[in-house]
Amino acid sequence: MDILSLFVVIPVLTITAILLLKDTRQVRLVSAFGMGLQLLMAAILVFLYLTARHAGNSDEMLFVKDYLWFKSLNIHYAVGVDGISVAMIALTSLVVFAGIFASWEVELLRKEFFVSLILLATGVFGFFISIDLFTMFLFYELAVIPMYLLIGIWGTGPKEYSAMKLTLMLMGGSALLLVGLLGIYFNSSPDGTRLSFNILEISKVVIPLPAQRIFFPLTFVGFGVLGALFPFHTWSPDGHASAPTAVSMLHAGVLMKLGGYGAFRVAIFLMPEAAHELSWIFIILTSISVVYGAFGALAQKDLKYINAYSSVSHCGLVLFAVLMMNQTAMNGAIIQMISHGLMTALFFALIGMLYGRTHTRMINEMGGLMKVIPFLSVCYVIAGLASLGLPGLSGFVAEMTIFVGAFQHPELFYRIVTILAVSSIVITAVYILRVVAILLLGPTTNEHFEHLTDAKWFEKISVVTLIGSVAAIGLAPYWLSTMIGTSLHPVIEKIIALNPF
Amino acid sequence: MSLGTFLIMRHELLLIAAALLVLIAEIFWNPDRKRSISLFSIILFGIITIVGFLPSPAGSLFGGMFINTGTTLLMKNILNIGVLLVFIQSVTWLKKEENSEKISEYFLLLISTLVGMDFMISAGHFLMFYIGIELATIPIAALAAFDRYKNKSAEAGIKLILSSALSSGILLYGLSMIYGTTGTLYFSEVATHFGNTNLQILGFIFFFAGMAFKISIVPFHLWTADVYEGSPVNITSYLSVISKGAALFILLIILFTVFPIIIATWQKTIFVTSVLTMTIGNLFAIRQQNLKRFLAFSSISQAGYILLGFIGGNQLGMTSVIYYVLVYIFSNLGAFGVVIAISNATGKENMDDYNGLYHTNPKLSLIMTLALFSLAGIPPVAGFFGKFFLFTAAAQKGFYLLVLIAVLNTIISLFYYLLVVKAMFINKSEKPIEKFSSDFPTRFALGICVAGIVVTGFASIIFEVIRNLSFGV
Repeated sequence: MDILSLFVVIPVLTITAILLLKDTRQVRLVSAFGMGLQLLMAAILVFLYLTARHAGNSDEMLFVKDYLWFKSLNIHYAVGVDGISVAMIALTSLVVFAGIFASWEVELLRKEFFVSLILLATGVFGFFISIDLFTMFLFYELAVIPMYLLIGIWGTGPKEYSAMKLTLMLMGGSALLLVGLLGIYFNSSPDGTRLSFNILEISKVVIPLPAQRIFFPLTFVGFGVLGALFPFHTWSPDGHASAPTAVSMLHAGVLMKLGGYGAFRVAIFLMPEAAHELSWIFIILTSISVVYGAFGALAQKDLKYINAYSSVSHCGLVLFAVLMMNQTAMNGAIIQMISHGLMTALFFALIGMLYGRTHTRMINEMGGLMKVIPFLSVCYVIAGLASLGLPGLSGFVAEMTIFVGAFQHPELFYRIVTILAVSSIVITAVYILRVVAILLLGPTTNEHFEHLTDAKWFEKISVVTLIGSVAAIGLAPYWLSTMIGTSLHPVIEKIIALNPF
Repeated sequence: MSLGTFLIMRHELLLIAAALLVLIAEIFWNPDRKRSISLFSIILFGIITIVGFLPSPAGSLFGGMFINTGTTLLMKNILNIGVLLVFIQSVTWLKKEENSEKISEYFLLLISTLVGMDFMISAGHFLMFYIGIELATIPIAALAAFDRYKNKSAEAGIKLILSSALSSGILLYGLSMIYGTTGTLYFSEVATHFGNTNLQILGFIFFFAGMAFKISIVPFHLWTADVYEGSPVNITSYLSVISKGAALFILLIILFTVFPIIIATWQKTIFVTSVLTMTIGNLFAIRQQNLKRFLAFSSISQAGYILLGFIGGNQLGMTSVIYYVLVYIFSNLGAFGVVIAISNATGKENMDDYNGLYHTNPKLSLIMTLALFSLAGIPPVAGFFGKFFLFTAAAQKGFYLLVLIAVLNTIISLFYYLLVVKAMFINKSEKPIEKFSSDFPTRFALGICVAGIVVTGFASIIFEVIRNLSFGV
């Protein structure tokens, strides 16, 4: 058993253990143990990865394992990681771990809830370790489907509508993606003899440009739907608002990153020529995502909707940066994925905890919470500051890198869109600070709120894990950006080869 | 008849022997023992299924009218597995008082249709093919009218027989044109004498239309929903899986071996009918409340996806069709198995009745979910692999547009499959179906289906075996 497959095996074993349990009270302990183990594994993986790189191993992917699966189609179960996937795996295990504790008090069908949640996580982990497009696609779809039940059963508000909308839109994205992947597969060998799904092998051949022109948009939009690309983002606000806390965390924190990661790893890495040619269309769309998401957040009154639109804006920034196709911007894109993943998970966790106490998510019904529940309030402020990009927290590092990278383009078009996108920072500051002011500061508006209790131990675990990570990236971004930077080289080399500006 | 002949026709001869044995048991057993005819037939059929997997010589009989190859053997074995599952699922239903006199009839009729299908698949001559198809169809009409005191069932029987008669007429008309222009009905000779004249194309179109009736491809599907709804559930599951699968198999063989010359023509035909079949099947399925009708329309759309494996005329296409039919047998019989279990226990067949089913019968709900996800093509179950390979086969020949339409159609299908999942898991009900436990045969059959749904996908060996026995144009 190789170390990477353990990331799929551990969740599967945890699920099996949960299913075998007779007593539902132990379910969450088992889940916490399993995902704690997963977090530990992620830490070990980061350590092993850095040691291997330090020792001078300069392979594109490390810990590669390859098992032939469907011989006649040359489909493999192939796993391998570079710095980017290691970072994403670490992010996922953090968020899942925090998510387990954030859903400590789920009562309804507890067993089923944790099984679905961990199944979702299995899909995400599998996606990040795969380097075979077939395996990758399999895990991608596996991650999408438990969402339906998670939102439909344990959600709030118009949950059935949101669950169906989210599932169908995401599956629609994967439909486009499937065609794109098949297109890549059948063009992966110049003489048509040795077709391959393996990303590393495909990256060595040049897919003919006419084929790229068809399949790049399909692949990019396919992943873009999950990354909340305008105008395919509409599932996101409804889905996030209706989902239970842990699912919002996992979804905004990790699942949306599948989109950004896939767009980068598959669409741009394998089809750079078409990406370069067509990027302007998607840059315009992502700029709209960024600005429109921010304005959307400004107009909302429901905390979850605010955060969902804010996620559209921030995830739009990821795709925006990826499309800039230079070292700095892409580096920023990856950091933004990690940073936003942690930050938004923190936000949703806090919103869930607030909602559990106040039974409302409408900001104008709350007020003065800082006095009653100082711990949660302070955490909320920290999350907000990270979101608006305060130096010292992760958001600053990410956005700064992205905008510096984007502005490096000498052409006017890129400069204009960058300036437009930068404006989102200001809007972000407005809606974050507005919420903080109404929600936390001032006098307590509702006397019922006087008797609220502050965070319990499991809530503290959840929140502190995430805040610690956000601060760590903000204070010491260097190790993360080196880890990412070296792994970006293969992509950057391909791009520079065609556009040395 | 030498031993070699026997081995070549092993499937058919064994089935006929089994049918005769059931008949003899019916005549000579006293009424008390007749209750065990179910068990007797299933054991007999189980033995036949296992014997079917033993290696068999390839060869042809009756001057090339009957051909046995590895491919046909594989197809027959797959059908055998499906029929065995149908048999096991029928036991509970046959125990009912109103069926006690008809147990042997059921097995007799079903086995004869299977003999017909086997002959059809092994045909090397259009006459043999036609006899097979009739032998496979007429007993089914009797089966559809099995609950003959129910109006709907009788109606289903007469509808099936009339529409099959019409489709056979169309098919024969097409065959007559083919015979008139080529002067032969042998598959191999038709293939060499076939040109591209208009009359021949017309003959082909009539032939295709006749087959389209059997597979219920749009626009020849209108009989399907009524017949499926009216027939007893077990017969519906048989019709939707086995009959359809057999007709798909023989159409596949004929297209690939008899009509390779006009591949460009039938690619167009299949493109259009495939898109229509998927889309219309899916759109109609959305509005169904009765689960039998629901699964009927879902099975129409499934046939549309399967046509994607035909269109390339490639080896991968044939592999994926056979593979998908296998997966489809497990998935659809899994779904039908749950419907049958609930129908036997409570008599309820509507989607609303399933509200809150998870809270009372979690295992059945989970099996249903698994089966529906497999039909929708959601990983990690086998349906995902099946669909993926079908799409890959079409994409290999450049039919990306068709693949795109098909995957978008899977989204529609996912919508209505999720409606059932929603009913079971999310909807609340005042009077949910009460907790009940099924008897052993039902559970056993569902267990095999679940195992099939889970294992067939991951076990790549199954795919590779099928591939080695497949061929392209």
